[in-house]
Amino acid sequence: MDTSSFILQQIVNAIFLGSIYALIALGYTMVYGIIELINFAHGELFTAGAFIGVIVLTGLQSFGFVESHFVISMFIVFGLAMAYVAVLGVAVEHVAYKPLRDSSRLAALLSALGMSIFLSNGMMLSQGVSDRAYPPVFGVEGINIGGAIITNGQIFIVLLAVAMMIALQLFVHRTRLGKAMRATAQNRTMARMLGIDIDQTIRITFMIGPALGAAAGVMVGLHYGAVRFDMGFIFMIKAFAAAILGGIGSIPGAMIGGLIIGGIEVFWAAFLPSAWKDVTTFTVLILVLYLKPSGLLGESESEVRV
Amino acid sequence: MVRQELKKLVIYSFFLAIIITPMVGFKNADFDAVRVLQTLAVLIGILVLNLIVKLVRSKRPQRAPGYKAWTERARERIELIPKLYTLGGLILITAVFPVFADNYMIDVAITCLIYITLGLGLNIVVGLCGLLDLGYIAFYAVGAYTYSLLNLKLGLSFWAALPIGVVLGMTCGCIIGYPTLKMRGDYLAIVTLGFGEIIRLVLNNWDSLTAGPNGLFGMQRAALYYPTIQEGGLNWAIYNIKSLPSLYYFIYVIVILTIIGVRRLDNSRIGRAWVAIREDETAAELSGVPTTWIKLLAYALGAGFASVAGAFFAAKLSYTNPNFFLFMESCIVLCIVVLGGVGSIPGIVVAGIVLIAAPEIFRGLESYRMLAFGAIMTIMMILKPEGLIPAKRLKRELVETQANE
Repeated sequence: MDTSSFILQQIVNAIFLGSIYALIALGYTMVYGIIELINFAHGELFTAGAFIGVIVLTGLQSFGFVESHFVISMFIVFGLAMAYVAVLGVAVEHVAYKPLRDSSRLAALLSALGMSIFLSNGMMLSQGVSDRAYPPVFGVEGINIGGAIITNGQIFIVLLAVAMMIALQLFVHRTRLGKAMRATAQNRTMARMLGIDIDQTIRITFMIGPALGAAAGVMVGLHYGAVRFDMGFIFMIKAFAAAILGGIGSIPGAMIGGLIIGGIEVFWAAFLPSAWKDVTTFTVLILVLYLKPSGLLGESESEVRV
Repeated sequence: MVRQELKKLVIYSFFLAIIITPMVGFKNADFDAVRVLQTLAVLIGILVLNLIVKLVRSKRPQRAPGYKAWTERARERIELIPKLYTLGGLILITAVFPVFADNYMIDVAITCLIYITLGLGLNIVVGLCGLLDLGYIAFYAVGAYTYSLLNLKLGLSFWAALPIGVVLGMTCGCIIGYPTLKMRGDYLAIVTLGFGEIIRLVLNNWDSLTAGPNGLFGMQRAALYYPTIQEGGLNWAIYNIKSLPSLYYFIYVIVILTIIGVRRLDNSRIGRAWVAIREDETAAELSGVPTTWIKLLAYALGAGFASVAGAFFAAKLSYTNPNFFLFMESCIVLCIVVLGGVGSIPGIVVAGIVLIAAPEIFRGLESYRMLAFGAIMTIMMILKPEGLIPAKRLKRELVETQANE
């Protein structure tokens, strides 16, 4: 493989990984935008989505349904995983966030962290310590562009991710609920005065954000072929880096941030010692937070603080 | 009231069933109904128990305004006894503990004491200064690895390596602390988490220095030197701190020194500055607290205590490995601080003993340990954010804010 096609291949991989990070980052950004708190349990919700995906997919495959109706079965897999995690997300909100809405930040963070530990270990106990294998649904065949190979699975996943991001953008900007969400994010008290049901809006945010994370979880499972109870941790940090880089609270920012973080990781692994790629991502996260905490597209810090 | 609560119970049980059924039922391709029912029975049982407690409590007659709960009364009783007796008694009991305990119990006690040291150190950062540090275990790793490397590569003894380790740990604390000074609580949490992972990954990947995931082994134990008179005059004899009881006394002394240190800090000008920053940073800064330095100091001192514990740990096992310093360890230490009560020294000591020793007693439930820790963290924050034994100062503040509202 010559250099140009090698680089092209890395770009393809970066876009693929980046769109997954972007989907997870969207979950962070939405929740942060509305309650100004990091959802520490987001990584675990993502993993839960991946587990439900593998459970449903294995079930469908045992009937031979995946081979006969591929698109419908993908709909079912993604739909059920997202629905399940939406329920779980609301449960997390109800247990760990709602009672602490008016208490100190530290208390809310610790409670969310506790929830994250609880969920992660709950999944470990229920699904085992070892990897759980995803049944392979995509072959290795794909299209060849200038020497770079894009597998069918990658195309499907990237298209789905982009479709979800567009749908989210439309939802937030074109619907009544989306408007309510933006209003709540801007000024909760004012929104309440204007008759917006704050609890309802926050609940819906905690459904959509984690559901996107769950979709990303299923994608990761489909692509890498395995899920593990603790895989959410590393994805959580990277997606968080993406959300920060793009500017937390900003939806297009999360997408750009995801692509950048994915790019950094893929290119680092391609040209430099890959054992250090996670160190690089963490360093980028810290540098961004230190140098430009508002991110690329975020509001400036002083504005957010008021 | 009862109807409402019952309705809630049914709704919660319904959602629990939705959440539990697929996750627990399908460990393999076949549905395992027994497992689901067992899990659901336990969880719904907890909900029902909670409901019963709630109902019983609501049926009880209203308390008189000055009424105090039994914990409060017990506390007052204990405080009536002169401090000399209670503290002296505790010190005496813990001091003679190794004489009566077997090796296994002493080993558990040593682990408890290590975690208490870590908890007390983290208490400075989280409890007093209010900065959420999720990478605290990294300083423990710094202490452990500094001693291991200095001993293996340069042949330094424990006592020579200890101050270097502490200084290095404090420096790391400042390095981590510096970029986070202007950050808000949740960014800070993620950054410290990232730093903790960076340190672990560096230890894991830097094969030529740290031997990577294999870890370092063969360090000397800490030793005591005492003079003896032999033929030829006065000589120094060496006593290696190797047996479990001697290790116990060693960490016991470390814990007591840590408690004294943290207590002195807490009651000092610096301690008050930390609390001021925790309560309101802007106000603290306006009142003339040099917030930058005081925050860095909190990081550095917290890291220093962790380094001491780390050096002890490496000398005790004569082995270290990056996997001793996972994120989960940070969570355990944090859980100790949260359960005991942020800022409360006796609370952290009690919580350290409870959280580390209890899983040893309930051996069969070992795998549920972290599950319980997570649940404890969330539940404590919701029901009793001040902890089991609230710090006196914090308690006063809570009462005052409640009165103001």
